[in-house]
Parts: sequence; structure tokens; C-alpha cells
Amino acid sequence: MAHLTSTTSSDDAPPALRVAGLTKQYAGVTALDDVSFTVARGEIVGLLGPNGAGKTTTINVILGVLEPTSGSVAIDSIDLATARSLALTRANFAAVYAALPGNLTVKQNLRFFGLLYSIDALASRVDQLLGEFDLVHLRDTRCGLLSSGEQTRAALAKALINRPSLLLLDEPTASLDPSAAQIIRERIKRLASQEGCGILWTSHNMQEVQAVCDRVLFLSHGKVLLAGDPNRLPQDHGAASLEELFIRVAREPLTLPERGP
Amino acid sequence: MKLRPILAIVLRQLYLLRQSPVRIFGLIVWVTIDIVLWGFITRYLNTVSGSGVNFVPTLLGAVLLWDFCERMMQGVSTAFLEDVWSRNFLNLFSSPLSIAEYISGLVITSMLTSSLGLVAMLVVATAVFHLQFFTLGLPVGAFILVLFVFGISLGILATAIVLRFGPAAEWLLWPLPALLSPFAAVFYPLAILPPWMQAVARVLPPAYVFEGMRGLLAGDAFPTRLLLEGGGVAVVELFAVAYLYARVYRRAVRTGLLARYSAEGVA
Repeated sequence: MAHLTSTTSSDDAPPALRVAGLTKQYAGVTALDDVSFTVARGEIVGLLGPNGAGKTTTINVILGVLEPTSGSVAIDSIDLATARSLALTRANFAAVYAALPGNLTVKQNLRFFGLLYSIDALASRVDQLLGEFDLVHLRDTRCGLLSSGEQTRAALAKALINRPSLLLLDEPTASLDPSAAQIIRERIKRLASQEGCGILWTSHNMQEVQAVCDRVLFLSHGKVLLAGDPNRLPQDHGAASLEELFIRVAREPLTLPERGP
Repeated sequence: MKLRPILAIVLRQLYLLRQSPVRIFGLIVWVTIDIVLWGFITRYLNTVSGSGVNFVPTLLGAVLLWDFCERMMQGVSTAFLEDVWSRNFLNLFSSPLSIAEYISGLVITSMLTSSLGLVAMLVVATAVFHLQFFTLGLPVGAFILVLFVFGISLGILATAIVLRFGPAAEWLLWPLPALLSPFAAVFYPLAILPPWMQAVARVLPPAYVFEGMRGLLAGDAFPTRLLLEGGGVAVVELFAVAYLYARVYRRAVRTGLLARYSAEGVA
């Protein structure tokens, strides 16, 4: 069985995210089992795994909306358990299942979340994000009336309102057409490379993961089963592609034979 | 506590009110109808009772104060339910917003919305039914403050119930004031109630308020004791429900209920 956890931060700078020994049990079911990993600044880490593997549970724990049974989370070296508000000023997220309130306009939503994150010079930050995500013409449109792609752009604009050190993206391009998805991927890659934002990205699109992520973690049954470069992992484990490897992990969890390079 | 996250909660509600006049209509129209209805009932009672008692301050004043208390509760719970209905919990509670800031925002929101209703009620009651509400002086302000605190407590309790049992428990919220009103002795003296109901009334600050108001209207001295007792109970209950809410929130974080509020419908 290959059971790897990896920390690849090569910089001296503290990682954007450090997760250590995270375990979550619900009524006898272990949703997360001693999960440890880091996301370095400027690194995009893919969090992969079949449905029910523990991806969303991991994200919820990192976001502070789910308390782990044991283990710790530190965002920008700030411990989430002891300094929740401060830690969360350094993080943000976007997910298909957490749309912005549909009865507020795009601009109202950005101002609302900007205040929640106590952003200075909020008006100019909102204008900047409206421009960056091509939302200027939609600023006075209620989010509930936007198309899926427009909602995703609005959610991403909200996710960047506080210039986060750590960005959690749960299937951010799931509802986008290929062209819009590519634009968003490029924007997010720039965010990591130019602004040093650490990104934890979940996706079921393996081609996208290979194109975007510096490193991937395969979760299965709440454990980190594999970790490494998404372009090397398939050959390391005798799979023709990342997708094939994913399918094997999904169908034969915890029994994957490790084949060294 | 930081000011800007609190402002965010208030601003969100103001945005909703500004872009949907129907919401403002709802804040004013029902309480106004209550005052009109009870205003005519009091007029009728004045003409048929022959007792010389003026029912306008006794009954209409009671309706006005009770409606204000009820609106305070609804203001808190409705602002909270906006987040439930829009499935905004995950966005909200994954931000640096603390529970104290969130509750403060809900309370300020409720103060603003229920003030609108209070002003509407005062205008109609004074202009149409000649209710001289403030001639009673300082005690009215003190009693309103007690009802204000109790309304907030009730609102926080209501939100804790929904947070604990899920959105389906929303139907439990709305009848709460009606459930309490017989015990609170809004329209009649406490002595009318059987002993067991009087015992319940002792933990309801409005019972002290309305008993004190009736005394004032009857020409009794300033009801200091009732005011202090009612205020004391209201403050204790405010702390109690704040503690309860914190416990319920902690449980929701521990069990994953908070996360599921956004990710899926919670029946």
C-alpha cells in the first residue's frame, strides 16, 4: 500500500496552509484519518479523490466550519483553533455549492464580504475585482440572475476580496464552458505565481488538474493515499493517465501497489 | 469585536430593504393594522363599558408595546433566516466574522427594522386614537428598554432553535410570542391568572412591564420594584440565551451541521 503524505515547501517562508494529524469522526465513522499536508506559498495543490473520500470535510475543517476530532490547522502559521478570526482573515474560498446570496447584486455582495473581512479602501478593491473578472456590466445585477459562469466569476471575485494567502477552490470550473474555464485557470495560476497565494483545488477534471496543479493529494477513505507531481504520479504507479490512476484509487482504495520510478 | 463585520450584517439587510419596498411595507403594515383594529375595539369598549375607564391607554398602549417586543424578536430571527434561505452560512462563517459580531449585527438590524414599525404604530395611535403615549414620562422609556431586551432574547432563542433543529424548525419561531402572551398578562392583571400561570409569568419580563404600566395608568407610584425585577430577569435571560446560542453554534460546528446548511438542504 502506498500511503504518502508530503510537504513540498522548499522555501523558508512558512506555508500558506499546514494541516497536521487531522482526524474527524462522526458517530463511529471516520471521515478523516490522520491527514497531514502543507500548501506552500505560490503552490497549487490538487485535492483529489472519489465522492465521499473526505475532500469537502477537509475543506470544511480548514474553513473553521467543522471542528476536527483531533489535529490542527494553521493558515499562514496562525493556528485556527486558537485564533480563528485572525487565521480566517488570511483565507478565502469559492465552491459551486456556496453561491453568493442571490438577492444581492454583485457589487453589494462584494461590499458585504469586503466588510466581513474588514478590507481597507473597499470601494477601490471592489471596482478592481469587478474589472478583473469582467463583472463591471453586471455589478448591479442580482447574483441569483447570473448565469453559472457569471456566478463563478462573482464567487471568485469574492474569494479574492481579502487578497488571501490561502485560497480554497472546490470545483471552481465545474459549471464553466471550456473557454471560460481556461480563463479562470489562467487567472488562478497567475494568482499563485505572481502574488504567492497558496491554493488548494479540488476537481474531478484530471486534465485540468494536470494543467494547473503543482502537486496532488489523493484522498481515499479519509486518508492521503498518494501525493506527488500530477504529471509523474501515473507512471510512478503504472497508470496510463491521471484519470486512470484516479479510477484505480476510487475502485481499489488502500490497495494500490506502489511502483517506484 | 470589530465594527466592520457588524456593519456588514446590517448593510446586507439595508440592501434588501432598499431594493425591495415590499419588505418595508411588511414592516409597517401589519403593526398598523393591529393598531387600527385594537384602536376601534378600545373606542367601542369606551362607549359600552360605562365604567369611566379609558381603554385607549390600557389596551392600545399594551398592543403597541407587545407588538414592538414581537417585532424585535422577528427582526433578529428574520435577519438570521435570510442567511438560511440564501444558504449563506458557509460563506458567512468561513469568514473572520465572530458569533458575537454576527449576533450584534442581527440585533442592530432588528433595532432599525422594529423602530420603523414602532414609529408607524405611534403615529397612527396618536393621530387617530389620541393615545398620549409619552405623557407617562420616563417609566415608558424604561419599560420599552426591558421589552427591547426581552425581544432580543426571544429572537436569539428562536435562531438557536433553527440552528439546532434545522430550517424545518422555522415554523416553531413565529408562534412563540403568541404562545407567551397569555402568560405575559399583556391585557389583564396578573392576579387574573391561575397560580401556575403566575409562576410562569415570573420568568417573563413583559409580565412585569405590563403590570407596572397598568399601575401607572391607575395613578400608582413609579413602579421601581417591578421595573428592577423585570429588567433583572430580562438581562439574566439575555445572557442565558447568548450562552445557549454559543453552545448550539459550537455543536453545529462539531457535528458538521453548519457546513451542511450551505452544502445541502437540511430538513
